[in-house]
Amino acid sequence: MKILAIASTGGHWIQLLRLRPAFDEHEIVFASTKKNFNTTVKGYDFHAVPEANRWNKRKLFHAFFKIWSLIGDVKPDVIVTTGAAPGLMAIIIGRIRGVKTIWVDSIANAEQLSMSGKLATYFSDRVYTQWLHLANDKIVFDGNVIV
Amino acid sequence: MIFVTTGTQDPFDRFIQAIDLTLPYMNGVEVVGQVAKSDYQVKNFVVHEFLSPKDFEECFSRADLIVAHAGMGTIISALVKEKPILVMPRLAKFGEQRNDHQLATAMRFDKLGYINVAYDEVELMHMLKTIQAKPLTPMFSINDHASKELISSLSNFINL
Repeated sequence: MKILAIASTGGHWIQLLRLRPAFDEHEIVFASTKKNFNTTVKGYDFHAVPEANRWNKRKLFHAFFKIWSLIGDVKPDVIVTTGAAPGLMAIIIGRIRGVKTIWVDSIANAEQLSMSGKLATYFSDRVYTQWLHLANDKIVFDGNVIV
Repeated sequence: MIFVTTGTQDPFDRFIQAIDLTLPYMNGVEVVGQVAKSDYQVKNFVVHEFLSPKDFEECFSRADLIVAHAGMGTIISALVKEKPILVMPRLAKFGEQRNDHQLATAMRFDKLGYINVAYDEVELMHMLKTIQAKPLTPMFSINDHASKELISSLSNFINL
């Protein structure tokens, strides 16, 4: 199977990389918002996508189309993301294109699911939280990235 | 060496200024900073706006102490590398972040005893001064990957 693993920089990216054993038996394509992050996943196919957030609609639009065409090129069977906005866009596009989608909410969201995570619950086949007290019938808790 | 990092997203002048003002009282300790677009002019240590992943890694490894915003990337890196870390959360009321999730994270991890937290600049200055006499030690360490439960849960769902 082909997995597209996508996340923004910083904590999102670091948490995504910590999930790698779950993808290792498959073909993995990574994507993030900084070109030089390819050095952190040497030997893997890596693509840079534009940064976007919900406060800049023009950038958001631009990023959406870039991620749309990335997904069109890669043709993944599964999309996994740890956020934030670019990950949510990949989830929505995946949903439209019939790709299996997984959202893992950042461990930084200890009080409530992130805004993007809440939106992802409408589109994603599976949504994980990393805090037991945030789990419910739609949001799964099965451990976290820090053990 | 103390490695100071604010992440690359937004300025965090309250934090940077507190460190800069405390440094003259810290017996010439070396400080390297990765500081996102700051309005405050740092006088007492070297700052870089953006470090490549490789350079960031190098600074991190060389450091005896990490002093940072309460960003998850930095906290996880410190726990993996078993570096003592002191964080100060960005607060929404000062426009340092859009919501107070760093405060929530800092409080949770503080309670678990994983990290040292300064909740404001006064506490940060105080803690920086006292580490001269009593250096901070790593409080918790973690493995290279997420928990087995999360990995196998993900793996099962992928293969479904």
